[in-house]
Amino acid sequence: MIAYIIRRLLYAIPILIGVNLLTFTLFFVVNSPDDMAVSQLGNKYVTPEAIENWKRKNGYDKPLFVNPEEQGLAAVTETIFFTKSVKLFAFDFGRSESGRDITTDVSTRMWPSLAVALPSFLVGIWVNICVALMVVMFHGTRLDRWAVLVFVSLMSISYLFYIIGGQYLVAKSWKLVPISGFDPSHQPWKFLILPVLVGVVSGIGAGARWYRTLFLEEANQDYVRTARAKGSSEISILFKHILPNALIPILTGVVVLIPTLFMGSLLLESFFGIPGLGSYMLDAIKMQDFAIVRSMVFIGSILYIVGLILTDISYTWADPRVRLN
Amino acid sequence: MKPVLLWSDALIFLLVIVLTVFFYRLRNDPQTRERWGDVFATKLGMVTFTLIMTYVGVALLDSLHFRRALENPEGVSGQEVYYDNQVTSVFDVMLRGMDERFERTYSAPFALKSFSKTNMEDAQGNAIRDFPLLEHAGQHLSDPSERGADILHKSLVALLLGLLASAAIVGVQWLLLRRSAYPWHASWLVQAAVICFFAWLVSISRYYHVLGTDQAGADVAYQSLKGIRTGVLLGTLSTLIMLPIAVTLGIMAGYFKGWVDDVVQYLYTTLSSIPSILLIAASVLLFQVYIDLHPDYFSIGMEKADARFIALCFILGVTSWSSLCRLIRAETLKISQLGYVQAAHAFGVSHSRIVARHILPNVLHIILITFVLEFSSLVLAEAVLSYIGVGIDPSMASWGNMINGARSELSQEPPIWWTLAGAFFFMFILVLAANLFSDLVRDAFDPRTAGKRSEA
Repeated sequence: MIAYIIRRLLYAIPILIGVNLLTFTLFFVVNSPDDMAVSQLGNKYVTPEAIENWKRKNGYDKPLFVNPEEQGLAAVTETIFFTKSVKLFAFDFGRSESGRDITTDVSTRMWPSLAVALPSFLVGIWVNICVALMVVMFHGTRLDRWAVLVFVSLMSISYLFYIIGGQYLVAKSWKLVPISGFDPSHQPWKFLILPVLVGVVSGIGAGARWYRTLFLEEANQDYVRTARAKGSSEISILFKHILPNALIPILTGVVVLIPTLFMGSLLLESFFGIPGLGSYMLDAIKMQDFAIVRSMVFIGSILYIVGLILTDISYTWADPRVRLN
Repeated sequence: MKPVLLWSDALIFLLVIVLTVFFYRLRNDPQTRERWGDVFATKLGMVTFTLIMTYVGVALLDSLHFRRALENPEGVSGQEVYYDNQVTSVFDVMLRGMDERFERTYSAPFALKSFSKTNMEDAQGNAIRDFPLLEHAGQHLSDPSERGADILHKSLVALLLGLLASAAIVGVQWLLLRRSAYPWHASWLVQAAVICFFAWLVSISRYYHVLGTDQAGADVAYQSLKGIRTGVLLGTLSTLIMLPIAVTLGIMAGYFKGWVDDVVQYLYTTLSSIPSILLIAASVLLFQVYIDLHPDYFSIGMEKADARFIALCFILGVTSWSSLCRLIRAETLKISQLGYVQAAHAFGVSHSRIVARHILPNVLHIILITFVLEFSSLVLAEAVLSYIGVGIDPSMASWGNMINGARSELSQEPPIWWTLAGAFFFMFILVLAANLFSDLVRDAFDPRTAGKRSEA
């Protein structure tokens, strides 16, 4: 087990290097630092001096891969590739284009993100399983067909409408909660309840539909027929046989998402004014702050790889037939 | 009149030709026929397919672009003809000038007066503050109180015309297809409804703004209709850019195994480990920098917006192939173990022939299911990307841009709901039809579920 995890961690290294090279190519080779300087400074009134100043201030005034002016190791380290990309591996994210320390920003903004994402994730899974179980009980009836139609309709509504509609109904018309904002010291749940609600409701369509399929796949298995032949009640078949077995694919499907919860939700956070990592990324995209985008890409890929490893581990835990080797 | 061929127009028509040839060649394959038969034997299949085809048809009509010739000013004569900078499409012409009826700012659906007050003078020349009359709504009414009766009257006339037109179109199909075993009547009902709706919309839009106007005074119904082309093209073009990458790499990995498999797996794991929204955003921003630095490459504004649109399709296609590639690789691995592939190897059949004759036809169902599913998710993604500011160019009509512009309008007093409603309605119908259709296609083509219906 331990050996397996170590091997998986070693596999992660080439992937992270690949991510790093890809972002580096995107940000520095496709577009030169000069292009970036021009677009940051605004297209008009750019002088060569202004570009040089901007590059010096943000540390882009070095060659890309090899610095011929330096001796020895410094020829490799005094380059954009080393200072901007390789240092990410040491979790040294440097400063954003506006001069703020990215590591500090990330570690403070992680918690509000988690405060929204974790409850929506857990409540969402619970609600979806409940809804799916209810529908599976009525399998083969008209109710089941209509339920599937409702799920597909819910899936077909853009996420933006869930947010806008939720804000309008719950916060503006009924005045139950504040429209947006976040205050960690004073009744934070008041600000979190609506984003969590929107997150859960918007996921019901796709989630419940998927779980329904998983449950039905299990319901076609031989052991269900045996249980039915033995005379078990439908309720006990559903909860004792189908649910535990269907939990395996559900578990492995959702475990990969757990680490990425730290990244928060781009849209929820920006609409509800929650100072998390999602709105951080959105602001970075809007301000064209590539230093932040680069760091978040790196963090995101690490979290995804951790999720993959956790998925494998959860497999062995949930299904005793699986052995890692 | 001077035809304009934008890059996206060329690509979409190329695509239509390729798909037509593809389906024409498959028409005699008994297995394919049987499976499609399963899809169209259901009323739902007919209805959703007709709806999707309506959207595609509108998108194609809206892709036939031209620039109107301008009339020479008084006193200037000569052979030289000048063309309008504005690009018009055949669909615009069919809408009979819906694009030209601008107001000053917001107005509610079927309103006669503007949504907000402005300073103006009354009949005596005194400065007052009131809601100004709209320029293109209810001009023909002598008394505002006639509005209700007028709308009803015009709607009935339009519906009558629509019914006549649909009777003609459905009648021809009935003569040809009445003995068919498929539930064509479901499709005819939808066709009649669509024709009546368009007839009503176009004729009543000459007198009123059916869905009101937005902040810039543009007709919301027109904006929503123009969003159709953007949505349909984005969905199809991105998927078609993604398919060859995913299929080639997936089959190569599953067929050749060994180091090829390792490389392909490494590629898609790396790509899928990057949060897709960040990758897309970064790519679009970098492309935007490129466009901004080379303004001289594009002669008219629309070409610039179109270049960004094509780039977005490419970026979405290139970043989203990993999940399909994974599926195809797994399926190819399974198929290449089967007896007939082994036999083909033993007979010395070349790799390319084995892939073309034995592997590709057997992964086609995965490609087809992914195509329809991916289409609807791309239409939804467009809205999100435009909201983030890395989507369609703001000058191009799209549902995402409409939602983005209207996101704070519900918080006004009274709330402005019509822009969002317009975008919601047209987007919801398309995505719902595509999702329901993809369910049917999956049921018919997926070997795990196919044939279950006939057994039961």
